[in-house]
Amino acid sequence: MSIYHCLILSALLFTIGTVGVIVKRNVIAVFLCIELMLNAVNLSFVAFARFLGQVDGQIFVFFVMVVAAAEAAVGLAITIALFRNRKTLSVDDVDGMKW
Amino acid sequence: MIDYLWLIPLLPLVGSAVNGILGRRFPKPLIAAIACGSVAASFAVAAAAVAGLLGLPAAGRQHVNTLFTWIASGDFVAKAEFLLDPLSAVMLMVVTGVGLLIHIYSIGYMHAEDGYYRFFSYLNLFMFSMLVLVLAGNFLLMFVGWEGVGLCSYLLIGYYFERRSAGDAGKKAFIVNRIGDVGFILGILLIFVTFRSMNFTEVFGRIAGDPTRFPVESGLGLLTAIGILLFVGATGKSAQVPLYVWLPDAMEGPTPVSALIHAATMVTAGVYMVARCAPIFSRAPVALEVVAAVGILTALLAATIGLVQTDIKRVLAYSTVSQLGYMFVACGVGAYSAGIFHLFTHAFFKALLFLGAGSVIHAIGGEQDLMRMGGLRRFVPVTYGTMLVAALAISGIFPFAGFFSKDEILWSAWSRGHPVIWLAGLITAGLTACYMFRLVFLAFHGQERFPEEARHHLHESPRSMTVPLIALAVLSAVGGLVGLPAWMNLGPNRFEEFLAPSLALAHRTEHAASSHGAEAAMALVSVLVALIGIYIAYQFYVAKPSAAGDLARRLAGIYRLLKNKYYVDEAYDAVIVHPVAAASRHVLWQGVDVAIIDGAVNGTAGTVRSSAALLKHLQNGLIRSYAAWILAGAVALLLYLTLLR
Repeated sequence: MSIYHCLILSALLFTIGTVGVIVKRNVIAVFLCIELMLNAVNLSFVAFARFLGQVDGQIFVFFVMVVAAAEAAVGLAITIALFRNRKTLSVDDVDGMKW
Repeated sequence: MIDYLWLIPLLPLVGSAVNGILGRRFPKPLIAAIACGSVAASFAVAAAAVAGLLGLPAAGRQHVNTLFTWIASGDFVAKAEFLLDPLSAVMLMVVTGVGLLIHIYSIGYMHAEDGYYRFFSYLNLFMFSMLVLVLAGNFLLMFVGWEGVGLCSYLLIGYYFERRSAGDAGKKAFIVNRIGDVGFILGILLIFVTFRSMNFTEVFGRIAGDPTRFPVESGLGLLTAIGILLFVGATGKSAQVPLYVWLPDAMEGPTPVSALIHAATMVTAGVYMVARCAPIFSRAPVALEVVAAVGILTALLAATIGLVQTDIKRVLAYSTVSQLGYMFVACGVGAYSAGIFHLFTHAFFKALLFLGAGSVIHAIGGEQDLMRMGGLRRFVPVTYGTMLVAALAISGIFPFAGFFSKDEILWSAWSRGHPVIWLAGLITAGLTACYMFRLVFLAFHGQERFPEEARHHLHESPRSMTVPLIALAVLSAVGGLVGLPAWMNLGPNRFEEFLAPSLALAHRTEHAASSHGAEAAMALVSVLVALIGIYIAYQFYVAKPSAAGDLARRLAGIYRLLKNKYYVDEAYDAVIVHPVAAASRHVLWQGVDVAIIDGAVNGTAGTVRSSAALLKHLQNGLIRSYAAWILAGAVALLLYLTLLR
């Protein structure tokens, strides 16, 4: 197993996440896809850390996970507030912030 | 006191500031006391300073009082400096003396007017500006005073600003004066460029000390250009052809203002300036000829218009224009001291005529039309007596003040080889006597033509008005004695001798020795002409009151021409005012302002608005579309970084 295998897997996951963010309408699904993108990046970080023999990448992953956890907490709170107010989870129905 | 010259203008400025800022709450007597007190104090300081000047030996009678360096920029230095020499001493005494009398007169004349404090504040501000003008030791400071008096003139002409005509007259005076000021300022700049200095003493000293660089110019030269530019300024301020049109309209202001600003002091500033610049003018014969020609033309033109006007103040206004023309004639033939002498005597009798006219207007309840007066001498005897003295003085009847000064001018014109000017001046003298006594006869003699209700409140003016009248009448009667002509064999002309140090740097042209007999004969001729003028006025307006109307009908064309003031205002309207207004409206307003300036501003806004109308659709509130745009941006950036670099 070389670094390329890891990077290709990471790229695949990132692409799936990105496409999901754009294609999915359900807020929670969009959230899951964002998490997927973050973790795809995390995978690249640990892969580089492992193959370059440096610990920096792994430290970065911790930061990303902390930020992701905070983001998930805020995002899910917003989602609940949204559902209580609008009785919907579709992002396309929430387009009030426009010209 | 000669070292405290700065006090002389400062005192009225303080009076103006106090009355202007706090006067609204002051009682009227306090306002009057502040205004008159400050001018009286200024007069006292001026008198003490002039007395100090007289104590100096004749040749050294020049005192410069430098206060501080006003502007220093590279090699350009302008100081705040006051110059007291015989010339400014004469002006100083006229301005503060006559100014004080008119301030006192105003207490009574203006007592019923609104804005009492405003009037006295402006009047004091005028005194300040005029004194700066007179005392200034360099051209730049003189210009400050010059513009200051113009501003005060504007403010005071428009004093009754509720009346549209007063506002228009103020604007007219201001704008016409600005035209002249363009010439004046160009003249000052040319002086600076030539001499790298604006100080009177330095500039004139350099001209007189370097006859190879500054010779008497036979044709057009530098000094001639400077002289003509300065004179353009003088034609504006001193109401000469072609810029005299503002002065008759300026009569919209209160009568004391007409007396002080538009007769005795401000309008003579041009004459003072030309006399001050005698070292320049005397080396520029062409400029002098222009001065003399414009002067005599103005004198004759204004006198003929004055013959047919029926508004008492307008007659006096045209008379002022005409007399100012006389003063310029004197300067133009090189007799600067004669011009200043006439300025000196004219200040007394013309101020008196205006104040007398004001007293008449006051008595008869605001009426200014001579055709609705008549027979007033029984009701206002003091006014009548003093006006009669003034009329005799301006007509040049011996021994009143005008006789000496006018005779001096006519004799100078004749003896210095200008017989045409002399003749025109003589005719003007006759016309002057005629229109002035026409005024006196129409107002004070003959039938009573005023309405019955005016008769009830006809009264002589209060003491505060009659005392200045009497004081000015005395000065008009004896003021000429300071300059007894040489032909009377009572010694040389004292006034001329007194002024000589101020004019010492002027170029002298030798004249054939004059015979005293010829001069005396000439004086006799001019008195005779004046008497003829008075006799004609008597015949027309007292002996046969219908004769004037008959003559007007017989010479209807000429009468209409004079009555309409040669249609000069109409011509200016057609040739200058209307084209300028039309060009302003169609080119500058609708073309430049609306199309270009507004177009550029509105066009910018329009471009932003229309492009925003297209771009706003990007902000559609759909998160998925934003995400897609971010992705597109990231991809584009990656492509750029990987492929194109």
